[in-house]
Amino acid sequence: MSILKVDSIVSGYGSMEVLHGLSLEVEEGQIVTVLGPNGSGKTTLLRTIFGVVMPWSGQVRFKDQDLSGLNPERVARTGMCYVPQEANIFPSLSVNENLEMGAFIRTDDWQPRIEEIYEFFPALTERRNSRAGELSGGMRQMLAIGRALMLNPQMLLLDEPSTGLAPFLVDHIFERIRTLNEQGVSVLLVEQNAQALQCAHKAYIIEGGEKKAEGSSEELLKDEEIGRHYLGR
Amino acid sequence: MAELIVYGIVLGSIIALGSVGLTLIWGITDLFNVAHGDQITFGAYIALLFSGLFSHIGFLQVKVGPFSFHWGLLVAFIPAILVSILFAIVVDHFVYKPLRRSGAHFITGFIASIGVAWALRGVIYIIWGADFHFYTQGLRPMLFLPLDIKLRVDEIFIALVAWLSVGGVYLFLYRTKTGKALRALSDNSNLAQISGINTERMIKWVWGLAATLIAIAGILYAIETQLRPEMGWIFLLPLFAAIILGGKGSITGALAGGLVLGIAQQVSTAFLVPTYKPAVAFIIMILVLIFRPTGILGRRKI
Repeated sequence: MSILKVDSIVSGYGSMEVLHGLSLEVEEGQIVTVLGPNGSGKTTLLRTIFGVVMPWSGQVRFKDQDLSGLNPERVARTGMCYVPQEANIFPSLSVNENLEMGAFIRTDDWQPRIEEIYEFFPALTERRNSRAGELSGGMRQMLAIGRALMLNPQMLLLDEPSTGLAPFLVDHIFERIRTLNEQGVSVLLVEQNAQALQCAHKAYIIEGGEKKAEGSSEELLKDEEIGRHYLGR
Repeated sequence: MAELIVYGIVLGSIIALGSVGLTLIWGITDLFNVAHGDQITFGAYIALLFSGLFSHIGFLQVKVGPFSFHWGLLVAFIPAILVSILFAIVVDHFVYKPLRRSGAHFITGFIASIGVAWALRGVIYIIWGADFHFYTQGLRPMLFLPLDIKLRVDEIFIALVAWLSVGGVYLFLYRTKTGKALRALSDNSNLAQISGINTERMIKWVWGLAATLIAIAGILYAIETQLRPEMGWIFLLPLFAAIILGGKGSITGALAGGLVLGIAQQVSTAFLVPTYKPAVAFIIMILVLIFRPTGILGRRKI
């Protein structure tokens, strides 16, 4: 059963149309990757799903709910969380306060969840009282994901979590994403890095706001033309 | 000189108090609120209204310890704060919120706040006239301290209340969930929304918080000097200088900036005619903007 269904979404900024009727689907329990070059509309896609950008037409369905037209404050309450690519932490707050803000809408006791996050990203533990703005790139990314996990989301939207990270950190982040997925979190992962295919069940390739290909990761990796065009081989 | 520094600390406490509210609003709503000064005046006059009312009905007309004012004025802090909060939230609702909604440029908000400032000052002129007012008539008890420092007893009260209020706000921002959310919003409003923080509700909170400090600052400033319709408008300049010195949205920056401004202005009177006090604030502001536009403690460009 699909947990997230994006149906012929058109959206953009001002009068500039960025997505020209894009459709995709995430099955429950899957990792789905959207690959595409810079400016292909990947970030706009996530922002439209989460209501940061309102869709001009088309529909976003999450579980049994129509999200189109909901603002981010409301979408955050549906069980989906979003980790933007840039500016994804609160720099002047401490690491611990960042996680607390992730739990802002929780009314129950979230303290145990913070400890779980520190177990999941042990590197954050000793920095819990540091200002988040002082963290290195890798730690920031862990904190950004950790903040989103505070709500125990069923679905996670990730915008290029590997950007700017050293290769061993990229591996670490992708490994963590797989682990999350094994714990039952569905993931929509937007990437430029073709390495993301290795942890995905299914992938879409988009360019210029349109879908160019879709299929299982194996199929796309095998396809020579796609390899040449989009995966840099 | 020691005396001037002490005066500077007293003045600096009031500047710090006034500028914390201003920098909070600036950091969270992106509004550089020019009406802040006149809201300070308004707070002082509301307290005058109530303390006058109390003296009319003979309520609490006992002097507070060694200070120059009656208990009635202390009680008048409460209605002054409440009216100040109400005013701020109503103005935000009818003026700034529609501008935020329409995604207006921050300059539009800036100009709108000039309008609010003039309108409010007009109302103050209409109700209370252009004359000076005092909370209490008569002598102001003095204190003679070592190093040849003469201090009005009231000034100890002023500095004490100012720092207690600032301390209270500090605790609120760093210890409570709403306070942390306000700081988060000031840091990264997009991410705050994505985290489910209701920005409009938080903006009401920050206006309430700022308006509380505004009213207290107004009353303290009026105790220190006197009430006149232009008092807050003129006071705005050192406030701006203090928060620019401290950096956008930085509370500790505003506190430090306020103290620096207060001391610099008072100490300057040893070398310059007191009329030039505002010029000192101006020069500090210009130097900061030229050499360190993020402010001393700030991280963001203005």
